[in-house]
Amino acid sequence: MIQVRELANYTGDIARSLGIKKYDIYGSSIDSTNVQVDRGEPKQVKASNRSSVIVRVWNENDTVGVTSTTDVDPNGIKLALKTACEASFFGVKENIPDFSPEATNPLPEVQYNKTSQIPVSELIDKLLNAEKELLETHPAIESVPYNSLSQQDIDRFYLNSEGALREEGRTYAMVYLYTKTEEAEKKPRSGGSFRMSQGMEALAIADCVKEASEKTISHLNYQKVPSGKYRVVFSAEAFLSLLGAFSNMVNAQNILDKQSLCTPESLGEAIASPLLSLCDDALHKDNVAAETFDGEGTPTRRIPLITEGILTGFLHSAGTAKQMNATPTGHANLGAKITVSPHFYHVFQGQSPEQEYKLEEAENTILIDELNALHAGVNSLQGSFSLPFDGWLMNKGDRVSIDAGTVAGDIREVLKSIIYVEKEPELTPSGVCPRIWVDGLSITGEN
Amino acid sequence: MPPSTLLLTKELPTLQYVSTPECFDITWEAPLSTLLGLGRAAGADFIEIFLERSNYISCLAEEAAITSISPRLATGAGVRVFHGKGDCYVSTNNLSFNGLKSALEKALSILGLNIPSPNAYVPEIYLEMIRDYAAAKDKQKWLPECSSMQEMGDILLAANDQLEKKASHIQSRRSMYSRDWQEVMIAASDGTFARDIRLTQTVGSNLLCADGENRTSNGLRDGDTSDPDFLRNWGYEKTAEELAETAGKMLYADYVESGEYPIIMANHFGGVIFHEACGHLLETTQIERKTTPFIDKKGEKIAHENLTAWDEGRSEDAFGSLDMDDEGMPTQRTLLIENGILKNFLADRAGSMRTGHPRTGSGRRQNYSFAAASRMRNTYIASGSYSVDTLFASVDKGIYCKKMGGGSVGPTGEFNFGVDEAYLIEKGKVTKPLKGAILIGEAKEIMNKISMCSDDLSLAPGFCGSVSGSIYVTVGQPHIKVDSIVVGGR
Repeated sequence: MIQVRELANYTGDIARSLGIKKYDIYGSSIDSTNVQVDRGEPKQVKASNRSSVIVRVWNENDTVGVTSTTDVDPNGIKLALKTACEASFFGVKENIPDFSPEATNPLPEVQYNKTSQIPVSELIDKLLNAEKELLETHPAIESVPYNSLSQQDIDRFYLNSEGALREEGRTYAMVYLYTKTEEAEKKPRSGGSFRMSQGMEALAIADCVKEASEKTISHLNYQKVPSGKYRVVFSAEAFLSLLGAFSNMVNAQNILDKQSLCTPESLGEAIASPLLSLCDDALHKDNVAAETFDGEGTPTRRIPLITEGILTGFLHSAGTAKQMNATPTGHANLGAKITVSPHFYHVFQGQSPEQEYKLEEAENTILIDELNALHAGVNSLQGSFSLPFDGWLMNKGDRVSIDAGTVAGDIREVLKSIIYVEKEPELTPSGVCPRIWVDGLSITGEN
Repeated sequence: MPPSTLLLTKELPTLQYVSTPECFDITWEAPLSTLLGLGRAAGADFIEIFLERSNYISCLAEEAAITSISPRLATGAGVRVFHGKGDCYVSTNNLSFNGLKSALEKALSILGLNIPSPNAYVPEIYLEMIRDYAAAKDKQKWLPECSSMQEMGDILLAANDQLEKKASHIQSRRSMYSRDWQEVMIAASDGTFARDIRLTQTVGSNLLCADGENRTSNGLRDGDTSDPDFLRNWGYEKTAEELAETAGKMLYADYVESGEYPIIMANHFGGVIFHEACGHLLETTQIERKTTPFIDKKGEKIAHENLTAWDEGRSEDAFGSLDMDDEGMPTQRTLLIENGILKNFLADRAGSMRTGHPRTGSGRRQNYSFAAASRMRNTYIASGSYSVDTLFASVDKGIYCKKMGGGSVGPTGEFNFGVDEAYLIEKGKVTKPLKGAILIGEAKEIMNKISMCSDDLSLAPGFCGSVSGSIYVTVGQPHIKVDSIVVGGR
């Protein structure tokens, strides 16, 4: 792991020797172990202990250059500072980035208990047991071709030449199980589940096994659905993945770059049904990956983005906030061009619904559990998507798995066609969200 | 200096290896040999050490300004140890002898192996005389001969200027370039000892046009390995012309009506269909997981008799070309399918050990933080005997997929591809533009539906993400006809 104060000291000395007066650094170290198994045997173990930093330098003309490096010893930092200085002469001349005005503000207090890593042999045993239990849940489950159990220690820091210095450490444990079935004269089917926690002790491996098994079994009997327009219910994971694919709508950098479906003037407009509200909340109590500062050292916080259907906020870096006369929100990633990204979405009911719906009473309704291939089927600049999905056709409590269906639409229409936001939220790694009901989406199945 | 007599484990702390820090040369042989011997002394079946140094830079021009120049310097190593059926991979940034030894010790201990007692001998591992592809092809000069930061910026701004001149309804225009220089050295306990330098460059433009509610975004990319003059010779005027023409057609395109259609897929990047729908399923990684329907089909017909396909790493300058793979094996030309018959799988070392299929020089990885896995290089469907006109004439109503987007294949063989530029075919003629199409199918079925291949094979650069990270590949094909496929749309 990087000794941050030591690094800060020698970076200061090197910068002075190079005549560099203004700089900042964001960096991280990761110590991780990951195991995979295959039919009762350990398959592969991966371990890594790596560090990297990104160095940003302002030259005498006040333009900025960056360089990232994995060499964090004094020689590596010296080369990075020199290279960044060289790049700085090609830096932007307008809207030049500056330190975040909040880089030394107090950080929010988050209760966090780092946990110790367990021995690799125990990791393997835990995963072997999970694989065994999963295979025993149904004879059709022939293998768990994709599986992993991993633990990570991540330390991250930000410092600048004006004395800002922040650091924090996190520990994570993650399990992923993905099955494959084999039955005579049937297509192979599959089901996956993922769990994440702050440490191995709290990791709900049994829940992961149960969910992977239940999903797989629910897909064993499948049918094609006729193509047409359907009422669709998105699971939390599916809806959050769709929101994530179109996050340019609330991303201030994308908006300034004209790479968004929204403009600065969109604030205050109705972009969704009044039934929907959305915040980004890095500090949400259920976010096991809660970070208290971003890549520019800005403290993170809860940001309302959509309030009862109205666009009420954007995600900002220090630079976008300055350009749009707003406040940094703690969403910046340091780089030659600062990017902005969400932390943890919180979707919840906006206005009270006039009518409530229940899945067990729904007729000819499609429940989408997971959207696939988002990198291929989403055109985030046009708003359109056409995506394969895993899901079921729901009819009065009965559910039948759908074979090879795709759902297509436009995100702006989807948001406005929401007819119900359920009350009970589900926790996923990217946020909390209840099931979302949308009317009139195009489904391609069979003709 | 290497020890002059057989080394004892207790003498390890006294060794003082001095390896050249700026490049991987012969001075690395002694420490790597000692570490490999140490691994064998601990009881490992096989040990491989991968060293990497990289110098990457990307440049982005937006509108009339350079908005990002982003250099990235990295050094790292990966130590892989095999023992029985298991293997362990440990990566580190520390390339000192002690840093590499720590990584090796960690890998050994994870597999239940320990450094032997202080008085145990460390067996000598005799490495082959270094195969230095960098020196043999004078690749040292590549990096200094590449475009400077100033030149990168000038060329990208000129490209953006061309976009502005040639297109209308522009909302944003971007051009970007990246240069990835990588030096690698591989040493293994079977005596493998090799070094190479790779230079991979890509450049392209993106255009977003909007008129009211109508929007279209299109991009074109070119790529190269091994030519320092690549950016200087980039034909950005032609790129701008093609993007402007596509934007003009697609801006007002209707959404495709979902259904099942015959399709004609264009050559060049159209080859992504074979890459996703078949290529991945011929990697031994998939055999190990039993996630390929072709697992026991070698020698059997798996595709239409008109289809022959290759994966190779030898085409001059192609984006997936390599002199050696990331396990030190020279790349080769691998016949995958001949007239519909499955001939070979793509195997890395571990895949070969676990499945019995011979290695094909296909062990690849993004960087030192990944263990190598069986991956594609330049993968394409061979030219057929039909003319392009004949293909179109055979379609009464269908879709012409002129430009493909990305795609993926799932563990059960189901795949999907986005289509960036599509047109309706009516009575053999290309008519109106269509947007929002996604092709959906199953690998086993689709391979038998590729019924016609034209005679105009063309290759295109691409990026492939999988178990060993994102790597540079080539996809390719002539125009092909797929008799029937599900097209998702509205």
